[in-house]
Amino acid sequence: MQIFTCPFCGPRDESEFHFGGEAGNTRPDGADVPAERWARYLYMRANPKGATSEVWVHMTCGEFFIMERDSVGHKVAASHPLGGAEKSE
Amino acid sequence: MTRRYSAFSLFKEGLAGQTGWEPAWRSPSPRKSYDAIIIGGGGHGLATAYYLAKTHGVTNVAVLEKGWIGGGNTGRNTTVVRSNYYYPESVALYGLAHRLYEGLGQDLNYNVMLSQRGMISLCHSAIEMEIAARTVNAMQISGIDAELYSVDDVRRVAPIYNFSAQARYPVFGGVWQGRAGTARHDAVAWGYARAASGLGVDIIQNCEVTDFIIADGRCRGVVTTRGEMRAERIGMAVAGHSSVLAAKAGFHLPINSYALQACVSEPVKPILDTVVLSPGTGVYVSQSDKGEMVIGGALDRIPSYGQRGNLPTLEGVISGLLEMFPAFGQLKLMRQWAGIVDVVPDSSPIIGESPLPGLFLNCGWGTGGFKAIPAGGTLLAHLLATGKHNDISRPFDLDRFVTGRLIDEAAGSGIAH
Ligand SMILES: Cc1cc2nc3c(=O)[nH]c(=O)nc-3n(C[C@H](O)[C@H](O)[C@H](O)COP(=O)(O)OP(=O)(O)OC[C@H]3O[C@@H](n4cnc5c(N)ncnc54)[C@H](O)[C@@H]3O)c2cc1C
Ligand SMILES: [Zn+2]
Repeated sequence: MQIFTCPFCGPRDESEFHFGGEAGNTRPDGADVPAERWARYLYMRANPKGATSEVWVHMTCGEFFIMERDSVGHKVAASHPLGGAEKSE
Repeated sequence: MTRRYSAFSLFKEGLAGQTGWEPAWRSPSPRKSYDAIIIGGGGHGLATAYYLAKTHGVTNVAVLEKGWIGGGNTGRNTTVVRSNYYYPESVALYGLAHRLYEGLGQDLNYNVMLSQRGMISLCHSAIEMEIAARTVNAMQISGIDAELYSVDDVRRVAPIYNFSAQARYPVFGGVWQGRAGTARHDAVAWGYARAASGLGVDIIQNCEVTDFIIADGRCRGVVTTRGEMRAERIGMAVAGHSSVLAAKAGFHLPINSYALQACVSEPVKPILDTVVLSPGTGVYVSQSDKGEMVIGGALDRIPSYGQRGNLPTLEGVISGLLEMFPAFGQLKLMRQWAGIVDVVPDSSPIIGESPLPGLFLNCGWGTGGFKAIPAGGTLLAHLLATGKHNDISRPFDLDRFVTGRLIDEAAGSGIAH
């Protein structure tokens, strides 16, 4: 069992967490977004081998956050709140 | 030298002290240019080379494999072969593969040990039985030999299943495919390699593609750990590493890479002669010809390129197995491993030209592409030889993610493999 760190609850079992997608994938806005752009947002992924930055959810507390980790060795470099700046206001 | 495998050549070599056997495939040095290059020496890449040579007469072909052939998912899979899919597009694809598998041993002159022992996908509630009836109808209309089994039918084909009144996932019946079964994974890779090599294809191992040669907006060759090689048509069949090469070619794919684990028990005498899948536990199992229980389950929950697998998923698979077959609690686990699989949102493969002209894709098979190897090879060979889609590959083009015409088999027919 690997231990992940929720920025709100601290270290917890990996099975309490759920992968939520690559960080920085923002939803296109507006009425005339072309189909190619929707496809990029909905489906296309970098899926990097090595350093990754991802959105995760800690299912027990319901918070979404960013986890930086290595997709080969699974070592976690950091986890921090999503949009931390807004949150602290 | 003895080339053809037969009872007669076995007898002859027996008398000659086994001295006349040729290596199954040649190991030539790479050349500077080919008519076609295939990246990835798994089942799909090797089958592509074979059909390019056999069907299209294109023999100036190289298969480049970074490790050893069959060392990726092809040599790590649980070898279930079936074609009971829901959508007509999928039935055309997997049905072609299934028919080719049935003649493959003869075609390749290599025993791939296809064992059509049948497969039962269980239903655990009355509601699941209703959905199964609909699924079976759809499959029968598409010409697939699917049958709806009652609980008594299931008892007949899998008597050691847990039918007790306390079972967490009671059996109400299931979906049976009699032509489904297993094949020997290494034999499929080696058989295609041997047959392709015999037709003139260069199989080059320990040769990793690290970049593409791109000129005038077209893919013109590859940079490898064994030098540069040029070709006007390049196919890639690298499964879980598709995104890594796509990044070198300058595009993204709708793929996430995950570890998929499997494990085997110690070998025991014959006790289970079909493949059994329980959607309730997410576990499926068959008994290998050696006697081991070959056990598979769901994907790991963490995107990964670490070819090991994490413990929580393995624990879930083993507890599911013991719920299905309490008697297996006496077995020792012998080995556990994982492969990195290429998971696509609609659980269907991607076959077609990539956004970089001259580079063609065969990927996205995820947890279930072993059964598709003869078809994946046929279709990528057709693309490389003609530059155009075959009717069967057309619906699986990358463009479906823009048009929205997804072929959602996870929703249509449930779990993959
Ligand atoms: C545990 C497990 C169980 C499975 N069970 C089943 C099952 O029961 N039934 C079923 O139908 N399917 C199953 N599958 C899925 C099936 O194994 C795969 O879909 C199929 O083998 C894919 O074949 P492939 O040739 O595309 O990929 P692979 O066999 O993975 O071959 C790709 C090759 O490309 C090579 N490669 C990668 N990058 C490069 C590079 N840069 N340069 C050169 N070479 C490169 C790799 O080394 C590898 O050998 C299972 C998979 C796993 C992991
Ligand atoms: Zn938390």
